[in-house]
Amino acid sequence: MKNTLEIRWHGRGGQGAKTAALLLADVAFKTGQYVQGFPEYGPERMGAPITAFNRISKDEIRVHSNIYDPDYVVVVDETLLHSVDVTAGLKEEGAIIINTPKSAEEIRPLLNGYPGRIVTVDARMISESSLGRNFPNTPMLAAAVAVTGILGRDEFIQDMRASFRHKFAKKPEVIDGNMKALQMAFDAVEEAL
Amino acid sequence: MSAKRIKERMSGNEAVAYAIRQVEPDVMPAFPITPSTEIPQMVSTFIANGQMNTDFIPVESEHSAMSAAIGSEAAGARTMTATSSVGLALMWEELLLAASNRLPIVLTLVNRTLSGPININCDHTDGMGARDTGWIQIYSENNQEAYDNYIQAFPIAEDPEVHLPVMICQDGFITSHAVENIELLEDAPVREFVGTYEPEEFLLNPGNPVSVGPYSVSNYAMEARKAQEDAMVRSKDVILKIGEKFGTLSGRSYGLFEEYKTEDADYIMVIMGSAAGTAKEAVDELREEGVKAGVLKLRVFRPFPEDEIAKALSGCKAAAIMDRCESYNGHGGPLAQEIPAGLFRNHVNIETVSYVYGLAGRDFRVEDVRGIFRDLQDLTENGKTIEQFRYVGLRSKQE
Repeated sequence: MKNTLEIRWHGRGGQGAKTAALLLADVAFKTGQYVQGFPEYGPERMGAPITAFNRISKDEIRVHSNIYDPDYVVVVDETLLHSVDVTAGLKEEGAIIINTPKSAEEIRPLLNGYPGRIVTVDARMISESSLGRNFPNTPMLAAAVAVTGILGRDEFIQDMRASFRHKFAKKPEVIDGNMKALQMAFDAVEEAL
Repeated sequence: MSAKRIKERMSGNEAVAYAIRQVEPDVMPAFPITPSTEIPQMVSTFIANGQMNTDFIPVESEHSAMSAAIGSEAAGARTMTATSSVGLALMWEELLLAASNRLPIVLTLVNRTLSGPININCDHTDGMGARDTGWIQIYSENNQEAYDNYIQAFPIAEDPEVHLPVMICQDGFITSHAVENIELLEDAPVREFVGTYEPEEFLLNPGNPVSVGPYSVSNYAMEARKAQEDAMVRSKDVILKIGEKFGTLSGRSYGLFEEYKTEDADYIMVIMGSAAGTAKEAVDELREEGVKAGVLKLRVFRPFPEDEIAKALSGCKAAAIMDRCESYNGHGGPLAQEIPAGLFRNHVNIETVSYVYGLAGRDFRVEDVRGIFRDLQDLTENGKTIEQFRYVGLRSKQE
């Protein structure tokens, strides 16, 4: 699709990759663009590999198929690198964003010769230090926004506070932790870029 | 008068639930089934939050859901339900009762295949299985159309010339679970458009007692069936009238089908549902390359606009007929039967190739559409033989 940013998410059932894709669609919608956020449903069970997708465009989006040649790939679970061809079709001028404590150089040998940009984020560490639990999707969402440049940092953080207030209306105690996770991940990625 | 439009983003299921809240039918009996489960779930939440006043009946099966809908509609209450797949199959007996008793129930169907092998993904096997039950069937390309079609369903169903139940269909997961942009209307203009339901005859009317669903001897039963068929024929004009009126309200008017770049097209793909958008994208690419391709997106499948489709295809060299469903008759799916019949009766002599695609959630891509238009070119210009009934997107034995 012309003039369309395409993102593919790889995660495991229960890690929130689908939710992150839907939140990313929300973020892009607020910039006045056309958006799509959708999961691919296999046999739904905790831990099984799942895929989710985003399209973002200034033009109306009509295509209703999965994404095969993404501009960006987000990998929410590092262990998928051994079983899923995460860079399949990924554009060289794009980037892959991976949740791992390792460096880009350490990860590159696992990516089937992908020559493009690799961005690593330690989403587990960020989530555990800000939320006290491993919810890697929140930091990975911030990393995706930072790398793709869909929205600037301040505007993104402001938007997400409003979204979280709505999403976590019944458990406001987790809002601050989630906000901290977003900021930490965004800053870590910006520093690395 | 044109109404204010609200720019939003939501999934197809959310869009339908939003429309249900706005229309606020009197009664909604429902039983959950993937991928339509979210619809009754969201409606229940609206009711619990005091945002709408519908009487929600949690029933123990889809058989009961449609039975309760029949009872409620016959009593004079505006009634709807939601289902998918085997849920619709379990309603089978009641679907015929709803239509033959001329009850204007609205059912929102989120299309999903039936097993086996066990699979929960999209195709049109459920809706097509109910094609001869006497329901009006309208298919949607995206969340916007699912929303718009749902609002139009009540004025169509309840029109005194029609009095038939209406099924509003959208593709399971592909649109039901995809968040996309949408333009919503405000509550008041939607309510005004749908109006109040004032049935001419109903059970709970002591001033004018009627009986619903009585035994009919052979002396009369056949006339009742013919009257039902006549109503289905008449519904076409009502669907067009309501589609135009909705256009005045929203800026989006609707016909029996949408013609996309078909006017001068040599090759036309006839397709329903979410895949129509993918086909339009491919057509734009092909047009840039000099191929005169077009898409006819069928919206209204029942009543079937046989003559109108034949006329729309009469100027092209070849048409691809796309079924997201198999009929297991050796000659393609339902559209592969009904469209060529219409071409024959209207003396339109063009080539057609029929394809089965997207079964049980098989992805349907821009590349697939391009390949199909290539088949049509090969057939008419390159003198190649193309089988009449084909599958698209099938894995080879090596794969």
